[in-house]
Parts: sequence; C-alpha cells; structure tokens
Amino acid sequence: MVCIPGLCVRVRRTRCSRNRETPMNDIPNSFTTGPDENGRFGKFGGRFVSETLMPLILDLEAEYEKAKSDKGFWAEMEHLWTHYVGRPSPLYFAERLTARLGGARIYLKRDELNHTGAHKINNVLGQIILARRMGKTRIIAETGAGQHGVATATVCAKFGLKCVVYMGAHDVERQAPNVFRMKLLGAEVVPVTSGRGTLKDAMNDALRDWVTNVRDTFYCIGTVAGPHPYPAMVRDFQSIIGREARAQMQEAEGRLPDTLIAAIGGGSNAMGLFFPFLDEPSVAIIGVEAGGKGVNAKMEHCASLTGGRPGVLHGNRTYLLQDEDGQILEGFSISAGLDYPGIGPEHSWLHETGRAEYVAVTDDEALAAFRFCCEQEGIIPALEPAHALAHVMKIAPELPGDHIICMNMCGRGDKDIFTVARALGLEMGEGG
Amino acid sequence: MTRIDARFAHLKANGRKAFVAYIMAGDPDFATSLELVRGLPGAGVDVIELGLPFTDPMADGPAIQLAGQRALDAGMTLRKTLDLAAAFRKTDDSTPIVLMGYYNPIHSRGVDRFLVEAKAAGIDGLIVVDLPPEEDDELCLPARRTGLSFIRLATPTTDAKRLPRVLQNTSGFVYYVSITGITGAAEARPAEVAPEVARIGAATDLPVVVGFGVNTPEQSEAIAGVADGVVVGSAIVRRVGEGRPVAEVLEFVRSLAEGAHRVGG
Ligand SMILES: Cc1ncc(COP(=O)(O)O)c(C=O)c1O
Repeated sequence: MVCIPGLCVRVRRTRCSRNRETPMNDIPNSFTTGPDENGRFGKFGGRFVSETLMPLILDLEAEYEKAKSDKGFWAEMEHLWTHYVGRPSPLYFAERLTARLGGARIYLKRDELNHTGAHKINNVLGQIILARRMGKTRIIAETGAGQHGVATATVCAKFGLKCVVYMGAHDVERQAPNVFRMKLLGAEVVPVTSGRGTLKDAMNDALRDWVTNVRDTFYCIGTVAGPHPYPAMVRDFQSIIGREARAQMQEAEGRLPDTLIAAIGGGSNAMGLFFPFLDEPSVAIIGVEAGGKGVNAKMEHCASLTGGRPGVLHGNRTYLLQDEDGQILEGFSISAGLDYPGIGPEHSWLHETGRAEYVAVTDDEALAAFRFCCEQEGIIPALEPAHALAHVMKIAPELPGDHIICMNMCGRGDKDIFTVARALGLEMGEGG
Repeated sequence: MTRIDARFAHLKANGRKAFVAYIMAGDPDFATSLELVRGLPGAGVDVIELGLPFTDPMADGPAIQLAGQRALDAGMTLRKTLDLAAAFRKTDDSTPIVLMGYYNPIHSRGVDRFLVEAKAAGIDGLIVVDLPPEEDDELCLPARRTGLSFIRLATPTTDAKRLPRVLQNTSGFVYYVSITGITGAAEARPAEVAPEVARIGAATDLPVVVGFGVNTPEQSEAIAGVADGVVVGSAIVRRVGEGRPVAEVLEFVRSLAEGAHRVGG
C-alpha cells in the first residue's frame, strides 16, 4: 500500500496525540462495534429526550433489534432497493476529473442516480418498513434540502401512509422544487418559522409533533443524529453504500480504495460510505463539512467538528455550534442540506479517536466544484456532494497516480439550480 | 430539610395545595423579571419555577419559546439566571426556586461548576427536560450529592413498568405532565389526570404536582383538586409577552393561586 505523506502521518499522529480528551488506551480494537447498550459511541450519543418520548424510542429500539436479525425484513429491503430505488448504484471512474486534476484516480459512488435523487431513500425505506411493522399510520419527518422530505413523501405514497414534513421557512424558499414534489406526492409540508427557519428548527418542530402524537406517529429522521437508536439504525440502512462500493472497487481495481471522501450535514451519506471501511487501517477517511463563508469567529458556517465543541441537542451528545453560554448557533451554508449546527455522534467519536479526518470547504469552493463537475463529467451534483468534490479537487493533484479516491456523489443538483444561478449571477432560461 | 420539603410539609399540615408559577428568567429583561419574581410569593405562589432560557426548547410551545427568545435577545445567560435567583434570595429565604430548562447550557458551563454556583445562588431543585432516568449519571446523581433536588417528569406514556425507574432518583416532588404534548397547547382534563396522579401517588411518598395545559383560575382549582399542587406557565408568560405591567401579571397570578388554594382550604 502506498504511503502518502500527509495522510498516513496524519492518521498516526491523530491517533496518538491529537486528542486531549481521549487517552490513547481508549482507542478501540474495532471501530464497528458501537454504539454500546446506552447508545454511546465513546462519550457521544445517548438518549437525551423528554420522558414522554423515552418509551417510544425504547419501543423503536426493540423493534429494530428484532428486525435486524429477521431475514424477512432484509429480504423486503433488498427487493425494494433493487426494484424501487434502482440499486446497486454504479461506481463510476471519473476519467476527465482524474485527468484534469492530474493526480489520484477518482471514483464517484453514484447515489445521485437513486430514485428521488439522493441517498436519503436508502434509510427511509428501512424506517417506513419498521413503522409498518409497529402499526404506525402517520409519518413525520424533518427536511433541509428537501431530499429527505421527498424520499419520505415518496415511500409514504407507495405504502399509503399519511406524511407530514417539517421544513424551515427559509429552506422552503430556497428548495422550492422539492416542496412542490412533496406536495405532488401527497405530503403536507409545514413551513417552520421558529429560529432562523432552517433544518435545526424543523427538527425541533418535528419533535414537538411527535411528543404530541405519540400513539399513531413514527418519526422518520433523515440523518445519523437524534437519540439512540436513530444514529446506529440510519447508519445501518445507509451502509449499503459502502458495502456496494467495497465490492465494486474490488472488481474495478482489485483492491480497497486509499481515501474515502463524503460531505457531512448530519453525516448519513458519509457514515454509509465509511462504516464498512472503518476497520481497514489502510483506508484514509475524510468528512467534508460546510465552511459557509469561512470557519471564523463570526461562525458563518456549519462546520460542527472544525468550529464547534461538544454539547447536547436533539437527543444526543455531539459536537455543536454554540456560544459560550451553550446557546445553539444557527450556522450558515449555501447548501440547505448541510445547514445544521450539529453532526451525528458517531462522527464526533471518529473525530476524537482520530480514525477519520474532518475538513471544511467554503460556499465559493463548493460552487466552483459544482460547475467543474457539470462541465467535466456531465453530472450536475447537488450542492452537498459538491462540497466533497471541492476537497477532492484540493488533494487529488498532490497525490500519486496510483492513489484511489472514492467520493460519495450522494445527490443530484436539480433542486439546486435556482440557488446556483442566483449565487453565480447567471440568468436561467436564456437561449444561445 | 430542604426548602422544597419544608414548603410541602407546611402546606400538607394546613391541608393546602401547592400553587407553582413558572416564569422565564430575564423575560422581557433582567430588571422586570426580578420585579416579577419578587412579587410572586405575595401573589400566593408557593414554589417558583424559574425558566432557564434556551435557543431550542423542544418540549415547549410558542409562548415559552418566544419568552426564551425575548430573554436571550435581552442578553440573558445561565450565569445571569443564577444572579437573578441570588437577588431574590436576599429578600426571601423560604420560597423554593426550581430551575427548569434544557441540559446544554448546564453541560456547557460544566456540571460540577454549575452545581456549586446554583447551590450558592439559592436554587433548590432542577427540572431538566431532556434528561430521562437513562441519563441519571449526567446531572441527577451529582445534583443530589450536592443537596439539590432533581424533580422528574412523569407523563401519560410512563407506564407501570417504567414508573419505578422514573421515581427512583426523584426528590422534592414529582411533576406529572398532564398531556402528551408541548407546553401551552392542549388543556389538562381533571378526569383523566386524577387516576394518573393516584397511580403515581401510590408508588411514592413525594407530592405529585400537575402541569402543562392549565390556563385559568377554574382549571387551576380543578387540577389542584386531584393532585398535591398545580403548575401554570404559558398563561403567565403569555401576559408578560403582551407587555402587561408587572402588577397586572401578578394580579393574574393571584387569581390562579386563589383557584388552587380554594381546594380543601
Ligand atoms: C444530497 C444530499 N447530500 C447530503 C445531505 C446531508 O445529509 P447527510 O450528511 O446526512 O448525508 C443532504 C441532506 O439533505 C442531501 O440532500
């Protein structure tokens, strides 16, 4: 295996010394055994919810534990993944990106080709099948970019379930195409005006709905956050991405990739890609957070690991953007899907143990990557994976030609064309 | 004996029910809310629940969300909330103060440091909405070691199997949440609340106080009739939000307290 200066050195250094809070002897033998019975990844995760919700998440945990070892459950998932979602998604060698960047070989895991246009549906199918097994008839969800909302509305339509989606008022505006899609699919979209009207506020209102409608309602969370068992359950449903990528890379290159890269909002597409590789020490793992206008004192970004510190929100302990009084900050990103002041607890743990590295990319860098991908590969990426691609563009030129990068192209950009046109000052719809 | 235990013992000896008032610390500003807190005992309040402002109050409806926002906009912090309690304590050494809020501001300050400061400020108990018994090691057990009561919420979803766990490390009193839902939304129904309070009361020696969904003097009386006490929050906080003068808010509080105190008195 080639040792890349920088990457290998970093892995070693972070494991031994970077972490002030995790002594070295806490580094586990395996990174795939978590969470523990209390829903903890190290000190992160947990079940920080009100008493009203506690019995519900215990029920969900029991149901999920049952389903996990039930062949029938997984057979139903496999069937729908294949025939409804269109899995496996291709692992695509991006020849022109590779040539233009002039370094590492770049592969894209094409989860943007899934039905509904992003990885979100992988997880939604699992949760809705569970909801049906639990006899729940009403599904609620929060959404930022609208991809999770669309996926939830889609699967609810397919199974004839009532669906209510909470979406920040600001996001309703900047992701208008997805709002209309949800309505076409029969979902009720509730614009949330509390806070600054983004993803965190939508999650608050979804939790308020759940605590009110405890008997018939299932809360379908869209990322690896929330109280236990959500982070582990969503990760397990999304891990299909990494399992496929691993087998496909074996077929294409006869070996493991050297570096994995994925964008992080709450961290579900990233956990899905990373998880099956966590115990492969030769594989470097990089999560890309939204740097907004830059990770600076003004906090106009959503880089929880790069610019936040541990706290408790939405049911778990994790890195959060917060002020010195523990009040949660709103964050800022051009990407509605990354505009969240927290991150899944497992990522906080991977960060503190040094197993994964987390970096931030600015709005401008993501926009440049968005255009580059359109022009070089004929793929219009979502703004979220455009962040991952921006980091690929930074590191690929410095890496040798036999280094393999696998990036999660977790969503397509149809939903973002209005935002991009505005940001770049381009006219839509002019001929020529 | 803690101030909370002393207060409930005294009420019980006199055959009276507890009236608990919730207000948000620092709403609409520090000075006004201190004036309000200082007026509560005179308006008939037996226990003060002091809201600790937080940006993301997931169990609260719009009235308390907005109150927290007003307080934060006026510069309220955890430290200033404790200062407010300490200022109150200078003139009242017997009315219990229970701090009610969410975990993150406490987590951010550091549990050990917070407990020392809260005790010094004259806080008697804590209600932290997002700390169920499963997370007792975080704050509940350290608080009890410091001599602060940790008051747990029991809810309509707390079934018989779970109740012992909920009661296990609770002290001061038990707070029964009358509805499934957020503060200030649905109305508490005495006929539904009564058997639940009886069920909880049979399992503990602690007083059982009922909150959520109590808005009027009549409801205050009806709920106090089936429990050891009653809490009103949103209805008071809403009046603060409407910019009513302190005296008018206190008049309303007095009417609620009188409702509760009519029972058995
Ligand atoms: C395409 C896409 N990628 C990424 C995200 C961020 O979520 P996560 O980090 O959970 O993958 C979203 C969220 O809406 C999304 O739509």
